[in-house]
Amino acid sequence: MKMKTLTTLALTSALTAGMAAADLVIPDLSYRTGPYAAGGTPFSDGYQDYFNLLNARDGGIGGEEVRIVECETGYNTEKGVECYEATKNEGALIYQPLSTGITYQLIPKATADEIPIHTMGYGRTSAANGEVFNWVFNYPANYWDAASVMVNYLLDENDGDLEGKTIALLFHNSAYGKEPIRTLEALSEDHGFEFTQIAVDHPGQEQKSQWLQIRRERPDYVLMWGWGVMNQVAIQEAANIGFPMENFIGNWWAGAEHDVTPAGPAADGYLSLNMNRVGDLPVFGEIESMVHEAGNAAGDGSNMGSVLYTRGMYAAMLAAEAIAKAQEIHSVSDITPAMMRDGMEALEITDARMNELGMAQIGPEFSVSCENHGGSGLGIVQQWNASEGSWTALTDYIAPEDALIDSLIIEDSTAFAAENNITPGCL
Amino acid sequence: MSADFLYGIEVVINGLMAGVMYALVALGFVLIFKASGIFNFAQGVMALFAALTLVGIMEGQVPFAHLINATFGTEIHHFGWHVPALLAIFLTVGVMVVFAWAVQRFLFRHLVGQEPIILFMATIGLAYFLEGVGDLMWGSDIKTLALGLPQGGARWLEDATAGLGGEDFYGFFIDKLDIVATGVAIVLVAGLIAFSQYTKHGRAMRAVADDHQAALSVGISLNFIWILVWSLAGFVALVAGIMWGAKSGVQFSLSLIALKALPVLMLGGFTSIPGAIVGGLIIGVGEKLFEFLIGPMVGGATENWFAYVLALLFLVFRPQGLFGEKIIERV
Repeated sequence: MKMKTLTTLALTSALTAGMAAADLVIPDLSYRTGPYAAGGTPFSDGYQDYFNLLNARDGGIGGEEVRIVECETGYNTEKGVECYEATKNEGALIYQPLSTGITYQLIPKATADEIPIHTMGYGRTSAANGEVFNWVFNYPANYWDAASVMVNYLLDENDGDLEGKTIALLFHNSAYGKEPIRTLEALSEDHGFEFTQIAVDHPGQEQKSQWLQIRRERPDYVLMWGWGVMNQVAIQEAANIGFPMENFIGNWWAGAEHDVTPAGPAADGYLSLNMNRVGDLPVFGEIESMVHEAGNAAGDGSNMGSVLYTRGMYAAMLAAEAIAKAQEIHSVSDITPAMMRDGMEALEITDARMNELGMAQIGPEFSVSCENHGGSGLGIVQQWNASEGSWTALTDYIAPEDALIDSLIIEDSTAFAAENNITPGCL
Repeated sequence: MSADFLYGIEVVINGLMAGVMYALVALGFVLIFKASGIFNFAQGVMALFAALTLVGIMEGQVPFAHLINATFGTEIHHFGWHVPALLAIFLTVGVMVVFAWAVQRFLFRHLVGQEPIILFMATIGLAYFLEGVGDLMWGSDIKTLALGLPQGGARWLEDATAGLGGEDFYGFFIDKLDIVATGVAIVLVAGLIAFSQYTKHGRAMRAVADDHQAALSVGISLNFIWILVWSLAGFVALVAGIMWGAKSGVQFSLSLIALKALPVLMLGGFTSIPGAIVGGLIIGVGEKLFEFLIGPMVGGATENWFAYVLALLFLVFRPQGLFGEKIIERV
């Protein structure tokens, strides 16, 4: 009897293990605790809810269920690496760490382990060169695209001429915050605007000196590369000194609801970039009925429709589409990370497909290739309406200056390849 | 007077105001260290917890709602009422008193007689525990503190002083919230000093701070005094949480304001309430002036490290801080 029970248990375990191995494993390196939880939670909710929808509605992707393995990083680089090490052997197909610091640590590890990383709108910008960074993708846009899109927006606002204007960059004093500096320096030479840099130390809770400097120097525009508390304080301080909100533009990590709500009505008119549109999408109805009402929501459901929830869902959709593409290329449903990479490299996102998915115009149309892991680089400018408590898209998708951005990417990635003895090429 | 000189004065004034904000955090450290010799690593998290509790009570939020919903499958989040600010502040003070009692009852009572480093380690554990409890109780989203505190520059001052240094001088900028914080800090310090000088429990608190054993021998309850001191530190944490939370919303990075208090303590001394204030003012003015004068030459963002460099310099020449009691070891 005892032997029979043990045999049954052993067989059940083996079968369960076999079933688990056949799942499509998606680790979610989330941060729902700590100082950056307000940004990490809605992104993770959107990311997981979309995969849960696919499981509930379609039985997964290509007949394979998606298994999400969540690991809390607290936005801490060391914990992020621990999460990667703890989850990679489960058959992880793709990592989206939502942290530039973690990304930098994972690039060599994931490259050695041959697992693709997707860092949409963050991470190492020159990873857009797929011939050097074979396993890293940062579509649909990167930091340098964001800087260029901001300047192109300002060019539009100033009849194509920024000569004599002053643009200040208020940035988090970290690798992340310094990313756009080189691009903005090049753009200032090209367009004749004066470019000044104002650094804010981590975490950015105290910014009096920086905003007194802005008040003294009176730049025409302030661009912001912030994250976490730096954003809320900056917007409050801008309001305090009476800086015109329509001349203050945050990047896409400084343009969520929680960035503006603490300042109340004073934040009205604040601008930010976005790589994805926000609004009422048909897919939300499906998530509500098939995921939330079924009790499978990743969070409490309150974040649905917010900027970062929508972005998390968009990230999941891009991953799901790449999985489907990989299944199509290799004619197998149970794909490997290497096959996932092939799917990502062959990804094509069209308006028709986004419509079909109930996410009309959530992002721009773009395609990925071996040479270009960065997508189209397009972004929109959105404005905060404090009385309605919502973002309004001011523009359609704006293109960056591709020639400049591409040359900077080639310059940086070539230097990286030389330092690391990488021979550029497609896999 | 040139515009640059006047802007320098503006930087000094704003540095003083920032220093008051730092001092508000440092005061909590001083209260506990003075009475019990414990360096309370959890002081920043106490400010966060107090502010979270205040907003939660004001908005009628159900504590531990996520936990309750996940366990019982319910959908409760709010009680459906809003509590007036003043009443919410009183209730929050009550919560901090209960917290003080719990800390004594369940933590430090078991650590009596341990080395200071053990007590310090216990407060590190306490900080992480309290942060987790705060998250479970009130959630990790950013909350708006709607106390009606004034925000923004004092326009009358800007208008009155604009043009003093020519057309390039736009008038003195002072944040109205900083003016309120200064007033609150003055009242708080005056209240704390009056309490410790003129009340029975205040004198008992000072007696415990001077000599635990002597205080015990005259019938002072150490347990009560420590609960009192932690309650006062909880109240100070609430005030600091309100002032800092009004700037950024109430969010988990509020716990990091403790980092701003450390150089203030090193400079002002760990045992002096006036020291916390003066230390805060020196750090505030010093870091802002350094950023104004030297920052542009070295790429800016100098404030964090300059505050610590300044504090270290003081440590070299006066280890007990400006107002700390001189350490005399008798052989």
